[in-house]
Amino acid sequence: MSNPELALLVAVPILAATLPLLVGLRFDSVGWPIATVAALVEAGLAVFVASRVATEGRYVHSLGNYPRQYGIELVADGFSAAVVLLIAVVTLAVLGYARRGGAREKTYYSAFLLLCGGLMGIGLTGDVFNMFVFLEIVGLATYALVAAGRSGRSALAALKYLLVGTAGASMYLVGIGFAFVATGTLNMAELSRAIPETVGYSDPLVVASFSFVAVGLSVKAAIFPLHTWMPDAYAEAPDTVTAYIAALVSTLGAYALARIIYSVYTPAFFEAVPLAGDALVAFATTSIVAGSVLAVIQSDVKRMLAYSSVAQFGMIVAAFGLGTEQALLGGAIHLVGHGLMKVGLFLGVGVIASAYGVRTVREYANLGYRSPVTVAAMGILLLGLVGIPPSVGFLGKWYIAWGAIEAGAPVVAAVVLFSTLLTLLYVARLLETLYFRPPDDVEGAVPAADVRLRSDGGGDADAGTDDVSADADAGTDDVSADADAGTDDVSADVGAYVDVDDAGMAEINAGTGTRPVSFGMVFVVAAIAVAAVALGFAGPVFEGFLGPFLEAVL
Amino acid sequence: MTALSAPGGGSLALSALDGVATVPLALSALSTRYAYATFALLFAIGLYMMIASPNLVKKVIGLNLFQSAIFLFFVSMAYVRGGAVPVIPSEGGAVGAYASPLPQVIVLTAIVVGVSLTAVALALIVRLYTEYGTLNEETIREVMDE
Repeated sequence: MSNPELALLVAVPILAATLPLLVGLRFDSVGWPIATVAALVEAGLAVFVASRVATEGRYVHSLGNYPRQYGIELVADGFSAAVVLLIAVVTLAVLGYARRGGAREKTYYSAFLLLCGGLMGIGLTGDVFNMFVFLEIVGLATYALVAAGRSGRSALAALKYLLVGTAGASMYLVGIGFAFVATGTLNMAELSRAIPETVGYSDPLVVASFSFVAVGLSVKAAIFPLHTWMPDAYAEAPDTVTAYIAALVSTLGAYALARIIYSVYTPAFFEAVPLAGDALVAFATTSIVAGSVLAVIQSDVKRMLAYSSVAQFGMIVAAFGLGTEQALLGGAIHLVGHGLMKVGLFLGVGVIASAYGVRTVREYANLGYRSPVTVAAMGILLLGLVGIPPSVGFLGKWYIAWGAIEAGAPVVAAVVLFSTLLTLLYVARLLETLYFRPPDDVEGAVPAADVRLRSDGGGDADAGTDDVSADADAGTDDVSADADAGTDDVSADVGAYVDVDDAGMAEINAGTGTRPVSFGMVFVVAAIAVAAVALGFAGPVFEGFLGPFLEAVL
Repeated sequence: MTALSAPGGGSLALSALDGVATVPLALSALSTRYAYATFALLFAIGLYMMIASPNLVKKVIGLNLFQSAIFLFFVSMAYVRGGAVPVIPSEGGAVGAYASPLPQVIVLTAIVVGVSLTAVALALIVRLYTEYGTLNEETIREVMDE
């Protein structure tokens, strides 16, 4: 069965990853254009695959036309198509932001494309060992990107992530080794058939194999207490990297876990070995509470959002562990929705850090009136994270809570609802600071005099006309600020900024630690907020799209 | 296909225990499955080293030990007593037991992955050393917190 678009989805970014280095030998600043072209190709392929899955259901591509017993298969079904679409959209969004707000190095874009290819591979592969290889490709690219922060702190965060992440991936490898010993195959579809036929679900080898795989992938999905790499890595990485990995890397870890549970071990395994499912749900539920509580006590905004991810992934994995139709649907929706909301939030944090050089909750005081568009978008995304309708966050949580009640696990449903309150706690603290706390009584907040050209959309001469219109909806204050104070400084800044070569990433305006915010950066954040709200109305679409997948696995 | 996969899948079968039924179980398991025992031991030592040693290079060595244990596991499960090299003549007619080639391929791939990871880890360590002048994780954290 040859459907080359599936192979191209994986191969295009990996091949394109070599180009910034090769072409870069001759031309400067080729990284961004090459990455964008590759991302556009990926988006086209992803839409094509999704529309094919929507019309004809699951289909496969056998690499090299080897039969699946010993070849490798790429599989597209509703779940993988949804994840592939998410990867394509997030890649485009982050690149849109990175044109002005990201790095200039060629190597950065090589690692970025490699990461994109690895993520696509995890989403599409139908072979458990192939999944290990893609997990490690994703891992390698992520470690390199986290360390792109160039500080000692980011190097240590990357090393910690490397040690923990590799241990996790190795556990996964041991797990599939056990499954291979038990059945003699590595293909997911073959495994799901072979496990009950050869050794049975309650065989110690199969149970041990599941335990290793679940622990290994829980490291990747950052389930408490295996989450320790996550806050450091997110906080120390450059903003575009944080946004990209927060939206996708752990998401694909959780996706891999769901894929293995449902396509390899199948829900019948949970029926035969109830302890396995119960333990998974128990750890995930603990993760919800622990992540939320830890998020409340953070002062650094990126760290707070990182701990919030621990809680949200707990919720997603709990849903996968419950294994009812509604829970699995909710888990899949929340997986996509959380990825989308987190990329918007981290890019918003990036905009604010670029504009004002602030990163802690206290310093965010009163910014709601200085960067109205960005902060409003972040506010919408934060409320979506709490689960206020209409938003994709509400949709996911609703289905998960419903599924938990359906599965006869009222404790999980209660924790999901309780975690909404806990989420509200840290979200409300941030929103209150952004809108209602006056800046003057906070030491370290941005002085009013420094604000003139740092407002939304200002500081980019290229996007001149767009800027004015963007700021016009935003509020008259901004327009005047841009108009009178902006011009001189802006042209000076932009002149210096556009000319920078490979070292440009490290170059930030001296003194304030800020750099110009472009219209594109703000636009991306606002567009993601709009998308997150719009997807809140897409419940029936998700149900229709994921329906065949749910029927196939349950 | 069956000739290829069956030895790999069945290599854990109890046939290896022929003739040792009189020896106590633990001892017989150790004498015939020493590769698996070594795997478990190396796995645990490597993991402990990664957790307990404050020296970053030793952590990476622990990681390598941990991964080598897994390679050993895959190679030993593919071993078939008296099995031939898994090269099947093109005219057919393969007879007898063959070692499963799949685990060997897996180990080759996993070794490549492991080497790349070690390279990235060492590059990061070099950067940390030039910045802080030490390989001790606790000292680096102390300097960072100041």
